[in-house]
Amino acid sequence: MNNFEYARASDVADAVRRIAADPAAKFIAGGTNLIDLMKENVARPSRLIDITRLPLDKVEETRDGGLRIGALVPNSDLAYHPRIEARYPLLGSAILAGASQQLRNMASTGGNLLQRTRCMYFYDTTTPCNKREPGSGCSAIGGINRNHAILGTSEHCIATHPSDMCVALAALDARVLATGRSGERSIAFADFHRLPGDTPQIDSNLRADEIITAIELPPQGFAKNYSYLKIRDRLSYAFALVSIAVGLEVEGGTIKAARLALGGVAHKPWRDREAEAQLDGAPATAESFQRAAATVLRDARGFGHNDFKIELARRGIVRALAQAARGTPQSQADKRIR
Amino acid sequence: MAEQPSTARKRPEKFPTPAKMTVTLQVNGVERKLTVAPWTTLLDALRLHLDLTGTKKGCDHGQCGACTVLVDGRRINACLTLAVMKEGAQVTTIEGLAQAGKLHPLQQAFIDHDAFQCGYCTPGQICSAVGLIAEGRARTADEIRELMSGNICRCGAYPNIVAAIEEMMSGKAAAKTREAGR
Repeated sequence: MNNFEYARASDVADAVRRIAADPAAKFIAGGTNLIDLMKENVARPSRLIDITRLPLDKVEETRDGGLRIGALVPNSDLAYHPRIEARYPLLGSAILAGASQQLRNMASTGGNLLQRTRCMYFYDTTTPCNKREPGSGCSAIGGINRNHAILGTSEHCIATHPSDMCVALAALDARVLATGRSGERSIAFADFHRLPGDTPQIDSNLRADEIITAIELPPQGFAKNYSYLKIRDRLSYAFALVSIAVGLEVEGGTIKAARLALGGVAHKPWRDREAEAQLDGAPATAESFQRAAATVLRDARGFGHNDFKIELARRGIVRALAQAARGTPQSQADKRIR
Repeated sequence: MAEQPSTARKRPEKFPTPAKMTVTLQVNGVERKLTVAPWTTLLDALRLHLDLTGTKKGCDHGQCGACTVLVDGRRINACLTLAVMKEGAQVTTIEGLAQAGKLHPLQQAFIDHDAFQCGYCTPGQICSAVGLIAEGRARTADEIRELMSGNICRCGAYPNIVAAIEEMMSGKAAAKTREAGR
């Protein structure tokens, strides 16, 4: 870890002032990813601005009947929050599928969005990586790429976004509230993270002087018909090979509304509006689910070691849709997939 | 490492040498004032500055759980947090669990169930399990296993660790400790 200065932000305006004043500074909240990256010399901030004492730790009702989640609410508190358990169990389930309880106790809601890829080449400073060092090349293309992306990749980067929580937030149509020098704005979740394109070093559309203050959830939580199915090499405490978040409205065997987001397959949580539109109004049957999976994966491309993810994602989508439709979501404690 | 990272060659970076900072922690019920560099992790502060070496450094990357301690009653990985961020916090380490010479009932349950071999992960396992029980979310063995997955035991004592925690949760461990007058 390099030397750095440490300061505590006194309020949101102070945090914005401090981050704007030093482009090499970083905010720290849970620190679970940032400190790890600093130990690996991948992140080398000149200054850490501690935001953990800012009053951003509330979960509140919004006027439209949704929920506003403060950026500093720890992942574990959020997963177990009574309103999340009752109205947004898809989000709680996704959070509990990720990391360990110690890490969930530390990790913040805002920080979860900003965690960086776990591509091993990104972490290994002796290898080229366009995300770590733009223009140096991608070691994963033609390298060991078993964990890498199959959708939305570019010739510059095939890294995946590692979050489980974000996959559920994408499916739930969450919005990200951010404050910068020019005031507060609200960003649709689908527009928050980016595809790698030719700037894989930029993970999100958050501006350099902005701080995430909250996440907003719309009223519809799909609490009756949902599932978060995470497929990984170990049964716990491992990143997803493929994960699927599903929320459905089902009436008399017919799908009235569908949300489907994938993790572990792209540089951002992967939503496919065309596949969702195909499910809207369709019978909740295996044929409908197969058709949606084929649509999601129509442009999927493997890079050798990760070719299996295409078939795994196809089967996972069908299974998660079936679990959601019959109201039997995947348990995050009993790991049997039914 | 065979060579320096190319970034270091191209862009020699200059980092400040900031002054050390003072931080006050309540460690196992005792107020401890420390003077540390900002980059000192809570784990290093405990082990190197306070000589509380019961908390172990395993991977130092939040993957093994050997450094688990309780901060304000919640279990966390001490290797992934900075001491200066914990100003004013209550920190409980494995050294703080026994009271008046009596083992914490969970410590006794680990002994009774042979819940370790080499013992290196044990302080983290026990602190993690104390946190788990306080959270009150685990009811079944499956749930204990899932919520203890942040603690790795390379000796493979997992079945006995789960048995010790189950005994503690059933209230039997506390009763046994009381009866034995330990």
